[in-house]
Amino acid sequence: MTTLSREETEALIAEVLEVYPEKAQKDRKKHLAVNDQSVEQSKKCITSNRKSLPGVMTIRGCAYAGSKGVVWGPIKDMIHISHGPVGCGQYSRAGRRNYYVGTTGINSFGTMNFTSDFQEKDIVFGGDKKLAKLIEEVEQLFPLHNGISVQSECPIGLIGDDIESVSKKGSAAIGKPIIPVRCEGFRGVSQSLGHHIANDAIRDWVLDKRDGQAYDSTPYDVAIIGDYNIGGDAWATRILLEEMGLRVVAQWSGDGTLAEMMNTPKVKLNLLHCYRSMNYISRHMEEKYGIPWMEYNFFGPTKIVESCRKIAAFFDDSVKEKTEAMIARYQPIMDAVIAKYKPRLQGKKVMLYVGGLRPRHVIGAYEDLGMEVIGTGYEFAHNDDYDRTIKEMGDATLLYDDVTGFELEEFVKRLKPDMVGSGIKEKYIFQKMGIPLRQMHSWDYSGPYHGYDGFAIFARDMDIALSNPTFKNLVPPWKKVEAEEVKKAA
Amino acid sequence: MANIMIRQGDKGLVFYLPKRDLEASIESIEFDSPEKWGGELKLDNGGAYYIDPMAKPERLPISLRAKRLGAAED
Repeated sequence: MTTLSREETEALIAEVLEVYPEKAQKDRKKHLAVNDQSVEQSKKCITSNRKSLPGVMTIRGCAYAGSKGVVWGPIKDMIHISHGPVGCGQYSRAGRRNYYVGTTGINSFGTMNFTSDFQEKDIVFGGDKKLAKLIEEVEQLFPLHNGISVQSECPIGLIGDDIESVSKKGSAAIGKPIIPVRCEGFRGVSQSLGHHIANDAIRDWVLDKRDGQAYDSTPYDVAIIGDYNIGGDAWATRILLEEMGLRVVAQWSGDGTLAEMMNTPKVKLNLLHCYRSMNYISRHMEEKYGIPWMEYNFFGPTKIVESCRKIAAFFDDSVKEKTEAMIARYQPIMDAVIAKYKPRLQGKKVMLYVGGLRPRHVIGAYEDLGMEVIGTGYEFAHNDDYDRTIKEMGDATLLYDDVTGFELEEFVKRLKPDMVGSGIKEKYIFQKMGIPLRQMHSWDYSGPYHGYDGFAIFARDMDIALSNPTFKNLVPPWKKVEAEEVKKAA
Repeated sequence: MANIMIRQGDKGLVFYLPKRDLEASIESIEFDSPEKWGGELKLDNGGAYYIDPMAKPERLPISLRAKRLGAAED
């Protein structure tokens, strides 16, 4: 299928919107746009970070998901208590595949679920006593943990429990930091506010705890911010930075520890991968500690080279030399990967719908493989994300913000991409429609996708999905015969 | 009144409103001299804010209280 022109794409949006009642149509229209690279400000073409329309299928999460699941959850040496009823923590447990090194249940707790399991009596009489008891038990059963975070679920805010005071008392009793996080699910319109609340909690309760303490720093200290080590992403990133001659002091928050976070104010540069979830803390550190931050993109060799040079520009010539040496060393390996997969993937069209940084960051990786991204959208972006996306996407491609299940299905039906990159909720719908889907939230149980090593895996995975013979056999034989007869008759 | 942060971007000053996650470039600043800095800020998104004039801060970014002039922008 040829790429649509601007008018055709606009017509497509109008057509898809037709089924909605008038009011809903007006609302949703603002969230769908045709990309125009000449637009400097996304707010002129797309609205984002608004409450989802009641009655439509949205794929957004809640503030608790943003705080516990994304920002705090991967910090491996802390125990993150899902404070409230059992479901929120249990049904999101370990789904995000934040890898870590350590012995689960002894000194690392990433895949475990700790919850205060609220019952009716806790709602009626308050859950503070239960939380105090829980802290005591945690300390007794898991003495090697380095801290606790209390992640509030909805009822905590509704019944007005004072988790701050319980945390302070508990912290004094066990001698370890306990961090109350007010990330009740009803706050905000999506998980995005949860990221912000979590960042603010880190700012208030963690970041300044080692101010003024002696620290053996080097001029090459950096922190990886906003890499959640999904399938080992942060590790694939870290080895590159280390080869460039930098010292990675902290990983936020994939495979990260509380001590690393406390040491972050001592670094010389913050490297920000997921802008959406951790720009807040980077801005804070820039103001308070004068640490510059920069966004980088480690998806696909083109962007990696670009980012590495940009990072090296902050440091002296020795780093620049090592960076060039590293780029030269990996170039033939990447050329081999591209030579192998590009002929198989050339010209294939992809539609993306994910969250965070991926709707714009992975475009470069697809382009390195000769593939084209014809539509992209964020679950919970703000306008600054779209500002950054417009330049990455081709002209007249489709942008969709907080797209509804219906809209995404219709767009895919009309645009007929060769592949969709989205989440688990979309996966089986599109696969049944005969379109391969790679899950781009947790890399479909594969990964890492960051860094040079990740790109080789990314290329292989895309090839696996696109070349899967299953999709040629989706029409059962008896229906095939019918289809041919119809053709003959016509 | 709103808390805002002003930082030095690649091309001039950048305005950031944490409460609404609003990031915009500052197109013009009323006073821009070492002794007197601040006043009315015109943003590239059409908004305008006012900060009390003050001595030019030694280091950016800086968090300040600002007053919105005119209607709220998106």
